[in-house]
Amino acid sequence: MTDLTATPALADAQNRSLFKRGERTRRRHATERRFRAIGLAAVIFGILALVGLLGSILSNGVSSFRQTYVALDVYLDPAKLDKTGDRDPEALRKLTTFTYQPLIKTALETLIEEKGISVEGLGAKDAEGIISKEAPATLRHFVLANPSKIGEAVRFELLADGRIDGYYKGRVTMETAKLDRNVSPEQLMLADKLKTAGALSTRFNWAFLTAPDASDTRPEAAGLGVAILGSAYMMLIVLVLSLPIGVAASIYLEEFAPRNRLTDIIEVNIANLAAVPSIVFGILGLAVFINYAGLPQSAPIVGGLVLTLMTLPTIIIATRAALKAVPPSIREAALGVGASKMQSIFHHVLPLAAPGILTGTIIGLAQALGETAPLLLIGMVAFVREFPAAPPGGFFDPASALPVQVYNWTQRGDPAFIERASGAIIVLLVFLVIMNLGAIFLRRRFERRW
Amino acid sequence: MTPGILAIIVLVLTVAGYVLGRQRALALAKRDGVRLHSLPGHYGQAVALFTAVPALLLMGAWLFLQPLLIESQIRSQIPDSVIPEGGARSLVMADVRRIADGLDRLVKAGSIGEDDLSSMRADFSDIRGRLAGVGVALGSNVAPAVLEAAKSYRAIAGTSSVLRNVAVLATALGLGFLAWRRIRPAMRARNVSETFIRALLIGSSLVAILTTFGIVASLLFETIHFFRIYPAREFFFSTVWNPQFRGGSELGILPLLWGTFYVSFVALLLAVPIGLMIAIYLAEYSGKALRSFAKPAIEILAGIPTIVYGLFALITVGPFLRDWIAQPFGLGSSSSSVLTAGLVMGIMLIPFVSSLSDDVINAVPQAMRDGSYGLGATQSETIRKVIIPAALPGVVGAILLAASRAIGETMIVVMGAGAAARLGLNPLEAMTTVTVKIVSQLTGDTEFASPETLVAFALGLTLFVFTLGLNILALYIVRKYREQYE
Repeated sequence: MTDLTATPALADAQNRSLFKRGERTRRRHATERRFRAIGLAAVIFGILALVGLLGSILSNGVSSFRQTYVALDVYLDPAKLDKTGDRDPEALRKLTTFTYQPLIKTALETLIEEKGISVEGLGAKDAEGIISKEAPATLRHFVLANPSKIGEAVRFELLADGRIDGYYKGRVTMETAKLDRNVSPEQLMLADKLKTAGALSTRFNWAFLTAPDASDTRPEAAGLGVAILGSAYMMLIVLVLSLPIGVAASIYLEEFAPRNRLTDIIEVNIANLAAVPSIVFGILGLAVFINYAGLPQSAPIVGGLVLTLMTLPTIIIATRAALKAVPPSIREAALGVGASKMQSIFHHVLPLAAPGILTGTIIGLAQALGETAPLLLIGMVAFVREFPAAPPGGFFDPASALPVQVYNWTQRGDPAFIERASGAIIVLLVFLVIMNLGAIFLRRRFERRW
Repeated sequence: MTPGILAIIVLVLTVAGYVLGRQRALALAKRDGVRLHSLPGHYGQAVALFTAVPALLLMGAWLFLQPLLIESQIRSQIPDSVIPEGGARSLVMADVRRIADGLDRLVKAGSIGEDDLSSMRADFSDIRGRLAGVGVALGSNVAPAVLEAAKSYRAIAGTSSVLRNVAVLATALGLGFLAWRRIRPAMRARNVSETFIRALLIGSSLVAILTTFGIVASLLFETIHFFRIYPAREFFFSTVWNPQFRGGSELGILPLLWGTFYVSFVALLLAVPIGLMIAIYLAEYSGKALRSFAKPAIEILAGIPTIVYGLFALITVGPFLRDWIAQPFGLGSSSSSVLTAGLVMGIMLIPFVSSLSDDVINAVPQAMRDGSYGLGATQSETIRKVIIPAALPGVVGAILLAASRAIGETMIVVMGAGAAARLGLNPLEAMTTVTVKIVSQLTGDTEFASPETLVAFALGLTLFVFTLGLNILALYIVRKYREQYE
């Protein structure tokens, strides 16, 4: 017995009080606290990353929903627009935007004179520069639509140049303007004076959502109209194709398929397709739909087909889960009163699984809506100003898509396009939030637990 | 008649078939005074299915095979003399298609008639100018042989569409009529239509196989094509990536693979520890309130499109790293770098690691925790010595899946990593990846016979093989060890 008490560890243990922590325990508890703190820090990092990501996009993009406009009374001079006086639409159509430019110049000069504004060192050409290069096109469009207004003075809200707009959003300052070839401090001063005179204002920018894309030099006119329409067309194609095919495939695999090699191959295939990088689907689209089948580039139909193939695994996995969740008693009851297997599934199981299927479909569509890489390969990145026609013909017209438009804008030189790209992301995220809220609502409202 | 109108006609016939089939069944039953074997709708359904499905399948197959057949007919008509130096037959074929399309539009616009067209000659009339007038822009003037080929393309395509329309309508009407004739009150209509529907269900589930087949076939086919004109040894072992669109490119994959793995490694270095710690904290420590808030918040990260991360890298993380780390320490001056792309991709991967690990940690039985506590272990000791080893296969699977995502990720690296192919160690320099080069080689006007374009398919195949291997390995590990506790 004495040998045992002699061992130092035990002696130490006997001396230790239960009310006082030993050195080792303290160390272990410190480790415990440290570990816990690291865990909490990781969670906080994750949430901060989300906040930072969304915050950065929002703070950069919110301003794209507001735009600076100059209100001008433009006299549509018949001497310039319609020399013959017969308002011939053909002749009017032949006039290019160059004819309209002087009208704007005159109108702006009149306005400056009326308001008694003078800015030192401002040339005649400079004053004109505060109005967007898109403005003559706006005027031309108006005149073509209303030829009867020629000869009258019409009030227009014309876009201010991108740099002037940037000045009111803090992107451009007097200092940067000195170094910038595209804008001068005098122009900014003129803009300030026009603003005090009430002729220049910044307000909500509907055109951002409805206008088509614009060229590199006029970011102020660029909008998402074509991209939103293109995305909508593609989502329509994805929905129409992937929902029936996905549901049919899931019904077969879940309800009918015997356990054999073919079924195994199909299941492995679906699991793998869900994990294939999206860009590989783009290569598939390029090789099969465009090169082989000869479908047009940049068309929503090709994008829709590629995204359908990408969405199918998501929908199949969700649908199978929803079918599995319907208890066997429902099927057995239907079979018991004489329904065939097909009837029991289509009349009873499928309606009960519908909320789950729709939820999965919406989530699949949301994924497809944000997908960019495959669309780059099938030519959706092209510069498209024309709105596609109404479906089904419009499915074959060139169009853009929301995420691709974002990418497209980030590749341009003018920093104003970065603001536009962030704004486009906000639009994209709003669509995604709406879709996901819809999915959550469906799940909450209709999901049944047995 | 366009395919769209044809499809609508078939659908109208289908509805008519349903109504007629149902009526015939009811009428026959009434006449003979017997009961129908199936519900009247089943007879209609059988007729409708026989009308619609074979006809639509035929139409699909025709649309798919038509270009192939026409092309093989026309190909022989193009003499070698019109193929430009260094160009390819496929380019001339593309021109033929566009000219044919333009001629169609000319006829439609009414500016020339069919008769004028057959006498039209490339050396006399300004084809290019006239086609430009209807919106078909051509790169060069039209050679006579090409115009002739375009004319016969039009002729064959026209005949083929007429044949297609006739064949599809004949199938729909013929099979529909046969099915209608076959209706007897004793016919087992329900069984017939259900067998048919079952075949359709099987067909839908084969789409997955077809897709995989399409991916593998298109990648393999073009890759073989590529290795015929570019030596495979050079591709796999050269350390230089320098495509020249005038020929003489060096297309070594090694710098691209290096960039891909470097970026993925940085991403995993961030995502794995943080994702794992999040999973541990949420599963073992946190209260209900924090968990119900933090878990969905972190999973939102997985639902955000990658273009958003790309923009984040481009406008926030890239400039920040350049201005605060790279430039002050003289390590680089580019805002796109391995670190930029890696960090942002790491954020994207956090939810993949955390939610999959969370599931496996929760699947470890409570008894193992209780046993460990009973022996006097602290909570963190239990986690490190008992739970993580028990959950390891699942965690490894999650990490492998995240790695496969990282390798295949495109938009973040396109916008954050840069385009310079480089074998270097400095993470603040721009490097490029396999996916970036696939995008840059295949966007814009591409010519499908040059090695510079075809290399993208070889890159795609490499990517596909890597990600597939990682996925299969991950699934294997998860499946093999999962059953231990179930």
